[in-house]
Amino acid sequence: MTAQHPLAIDATGLGKSFGQTRAVAGVDLAVPAGTIYGVLGPNGAGKTTTIRMLATLIPPDEGSARVLGHDVVSEADTVRELVSLTGQLASVDEELTGRENLVLLGRLLGYSRAAARDRADELLDAFDIAEAAGRLVKHYSGGMRRRLDIAASIVVTPRLMFLDEPTTGLDPRSRNQVWEIARALVAEGTTILLCTQYLEEADQLADGIAVIDRGRVIAEGTPRDLKASVGTGSLHLRLADAGRRATAAELLERTVGPVVLEPEPTALSVTGADAGRAAVAVAELSRAGVPLAHFSLQQPSLDEVFLALTGHAAEETPPPADTLQEHRS
Amino acid sequence: MTTTTRAPGSADTAAVRRAISSTPRPTRPGPLATALAFGWRGMLKVKHVPEQLLDVTVTPVMFLLMFTYLFGGAIAGSTSAYLDYTLPGLLVMSVLFTTVYSGVALNTDLTKGVVDRFRSLPIWRPAPLVGSLLGDSVRYVIAGTVLIVVGVALGFRPDGGVTGAVAALALVVAFSFGLSWVFSVLGLLMRSPNAVMNAGFMAIFPLTFLSNVFVDPATLPGPLQAFVDVNPISVLATASRSLMAGAPDGAAILVSLAVAAALAAVFLPLTTRLYRSR
Repeated sequence: MTAQHPLAIDATGLGKSFGQTRAVAGVDLAVPAGTIYGVLGPNGAGKTTTIRMLATLIPPDEGSARVLGHDVVSEADTVRELVSLTGQLASVDEELTGRENLVLLGRLLGYSRAAARDRADELLDAFDIAEAAGRLVKHYSGGMRRRLDIAASIVVTPRLMFLDEPTTGLDPRSRNQVWEIARALVAEGTTILLCTQYLEEADQLADGIAVIDRGRVIAEGTPRDLKASVGTGSLHLRLADAGRRATAAELLERTVGPVVLEPEPTALSVTGADAGRAAVAVAELSRAGVPLAHFSLQQPSLDEVFLALTGHAAEETPPPADTLQEHRS
Repeated sequence: MTTTTRAPGSADTAAVRRAISSTPRPTRPGPLATALAFGWRGMLKVKHVPEQLLDVTVTPVMFLLMFTYLFGGAIAGSTSAYLDYTLPGLLVMSVLFTTVYSGVALNTDLTKGVVDRFRSLPIWRPAPLVGSLLGDSVRYVIAGTVLIVVGVALGFRPDGGVTGAVAALALVVAFSFGLSWVFSVLGLLMRSPNAVMNAGFMAIFPLTFLSNVFVDPATLPGPLQAFVDVNPISVLATASRSLMAGAPDGAAILVSLAVAAALAAVFLPLTTRLYRSR
């Protein structure tokens, strides 16, 4: 990385153990400022521990990290002025109202009483929580709670925000709202480190992705690189008539790829279908007179990404990681 | 069917953008300001859940009624004589019980993850702890005041008058500042708020009974009497009694404050250390 791309996060060999467990086993991260960077991994992969180290909540056992140019250990206090945390990493107080939470944080960050109230009201309005401002947070809906979490993290707009599983358990509407907020933050110059279990979320938001497994970065690259290394998604179909499944399977096998017959007698899926081939396949089916009840194109799931990436786990360095590294520069 | 509409949920982000961009960073607040903000937080909790005051006020009042009318005559000859003896001691018990809740509240914060938000802020590190203590002191004063008011309604007329009662309450609250750090440490070490509560009461119940809060130790067997005499709760109860009686016992008051200071000297640094590493 050259000077034209200052790094928001620059971590080398970061490691942390809890007793016998090596939760993080040498993580290197280079996150360019002003981007959304996804950290993808299953529960227990070491994502949260990595972020807790980067956010100065716990000191690393090995390695070092600089956040916006400041060392997370020796300049922890400066780092705290520049970052903020959301979600499970740092929640809001359920026993207070939404407004009280924001006013409290405003006061703690140095606003006068009146300024803290004004700021709280501005955020409540902007994040569409004004009507619930006086209610205790424990009575909030999931989406409202998540928006308040984010609002609490930008009482003073941070230069770097750790966004932890921001949409887990949210309905699509709330999920879109959270995504738009994240995009707006980046547009205003904040860097976001996004932790997620969903490839789709990383694909929607992130400019770069690191996949973490067992405390290590096992692959790194753009979402496109990552998906390319995993293979394309699969096309899922449900026929109006179970009797035509054999015909459909034969046709799909010929035009797209290997077909899987699902347990449900009308359902089948075909892997290796990118959007273009899927569209052709659907058109072919209707031309062949096979009526469809439903079809969907699904991206590879995190499970599939992991299967593909860790399929060579016996080797020291998984080949996909090498391939992907070459795409970065 | 040719119009294209925005998908539902894709909210207009103009307001969000404005909110994000309109934040000049305020100057960093001092330690006192942040501690006071946390104190305010403690009081808001009492405001939202006033029932939590019930535990700490009803139990001592129950003890007051039970001991005065059940045992008072037998212990001190008359209920009114016993009330004069036991109320200053019950004040000690009532406020010390409340200190257990400081540890419970701290542990609750830890289990909820809100502590990590506070720890990620650029603020004076001990501010959340000191601030919640400030908030708790309001609780101590309420618990103590309720007890004294009920006592007066039952006929308690201390010779020290209002001044004596206020001085006794102030001393007991000062002692609680020291003791509450012990329960804060418990709160940081134990796994659940309930465990803190149980451990706290398991420690404080016998200590309160093995003191001169309820009975004059003169009638106790030798070894027990020796323990009761050195129990800091006895010393504090004696000091509280002397203040309410209008004849302050300087030695007892000094020892009480010294014990409180010693507890704080040991457990406050331990609390901040544990809080930082959690």
